Amino acid sequence: MRFMFIVNPAHPGPPTPELMEAVHKLADREIKAGRMLDSGGLMPVATGAQVRITDGKLSVVDGPFVEAKEVIGGYAIFELPGKEEAVAAAVEFMQLHKDFMPGWDGTCEVRAFAGP
Amino acid sequence: MTAADIDRTILAVWRIEQPRLITSLARMLRDVPLAEDLTQEALLAAFEHWPATGVPEKPGAWLMATAKRRALDHLRRGRMLARRHEMLALDMEQEQQALPDLDSALDDDIGDELLRLIFTACDPRLSREARAALALRMVCGLTTEEIARAFLLPDATIAQRIVRAKRTLSESGLAYETPRGEELSQRLSSVLEVVYLIFNEGYTAARGEHWLRPQLCNEALRMGRVLTSIATYEPEAHGLLALMELNASRTAARTDAAGEPILMLDQNRALWDQLQIRRGMQALGRAHELGGAGGFYALQAAIIACHAQAMTADDTDWPRISGLYAELAALVRSPVIELNRAVAVGMAEGPEAALVIVDRLAHEPALKSYHLLGSVRGDLLQKLGRYGEARAAFEAAAELAGNKREHDLLRRRAAEAANAAVSPS
Repeated sequence: MRFMFIVNPAHPGPPTPELMEAVHKLADREIKAGRMLDSGGLMPVATGAQVRITDGKLSVVDGPFVEAKEVIGGYAIFELPGKEEAVAAAVEFMQLHKDFMPGWDGTCEVRAFAGP
Repeated sequence: MTAADIDRTILAVWRIEQPRLITSLARMLRDVPLAEDLTQEALLAAFEHWPATGVPEKPGAWLMATAKRRALDHLRRGRMLARRHEMLALDMEQEQQALPDLDSALDDDIGDELLRLIFTACDPRLSREARAALALRMVCGLTTEEIARAFLLPDATIAQRIVRAKRTLSESGLAYETPRGEELSQRLSSVLEVVYLIFNEGYTAARGEHWLRPQLCNEALRMGRVLTSIATYEPEAHGLLALMELNASRTAARTDAAGEPILMLDQNRALWDQLQIRRGMQALGRAHELGGAGGFYALQAAIIACHAQAMTADDTDWPRISGLYAELAALVRSPVIELNRAVAVGMAEGPEAALVIVDRLAHEPALKSYHLLGSVRGDLLQKLGRYGEARAAFEAAAELAGNKREHDLLRRRAAEAANAAVSPS
């Protein structure tokens, strides 16, 4: 099964070098293990926008967002046997934030791809 | 967490950690089958303890510590050299102290070890089937029951296969080493063959709809990715990965809602997985960069790539495909490849040229009971307007078809040919 992980910090702010290093190591391991198919960093919401439909009305929300110039989130695509493996992988990933960037709050959304 | 949740979590952690556990223990013990046994004991220990204590904060480190403790006990019982003991005990202590340190666990470079493990499981002294079972068990962390279900065989058959394979490895006093240079390339072909066998078992199966069959494809893909990331300079490893990624990209389009197969040229190409196609093309590009364009797997991947890159079936570059088949046929003499070449030639140059090839194959013993020979021949004759002969070819092919679906399809085509013979359009 294929999963997308979307990581969103609760507060904007660049990751510590220690966290970056740990995340790169983990990513390297997962790529070599053939489980991670794709990944990338995401810039803050301020560099993008949200296009929404609320009560049948379409609107483009283009701020105000807190400005930040660094990569503050990211995504990854994994091929794993099932949801349990996906959750285990996400927990391992988030544990790095706990260990290497104390005070970091945020979410890692784990979504399964539709289809076989 | 319910007991069932914990069990599932344990198995999930297990799948991720198991190759690392085996490789670490194999390094300590210099004995892969034994390392495999002792890691299984660590799994059992998790099943025993975690339901009571909850899942530990660093489950991987817990499994590693438990497995290493078993290995150490084993070495003690085995009255190994006292000195080696001390060293290992020291190692253990250090490791225990450093234990809740994920960083050091990540630092542990498993690349080479994993490669070594794959080469061990795919030892050429074992049969292909034994190699496949052992690789799924040791490298992919599948249980014996899961492997048995995936291959549609009884548990006992697979269990026996694994036990025998492990005994062969133990008795042969196998050097647990990664082959280098010339030997690496030779041994690699035995590994690639196993990976491809596992992939095809999951991909081409007409029977069994269990989820484990797609999982075989995924495990083969995963091993292919592992091989290319650690044996970076082997073009055929990249070629095989390309072939598997490109074939797997069509998975969602291969069957209709009722589970009936859809032929490639009739598939909805919007359902082809572009991420996987991109990965396949990258791997194929790498194989070419390494000078491996003419390899067995790279050639097949290049053929599939022609299809993957055509926006519609009509855009397919048939002359190129037929050229690639000619190269492949020159490399491996196989009547089945020759038959596929005939189909490509038929699309590129017309039915007449293809019929010449097919007629040459008529007396191939290997194709004697192969219904696709008659089916291809019938199709070419039909296109040439030789309806009577086409009908006979389809009818003969129908008798040879392995399953009812194909049988019915060929009977239908025979009937169409018969109609056309009466009222040619």
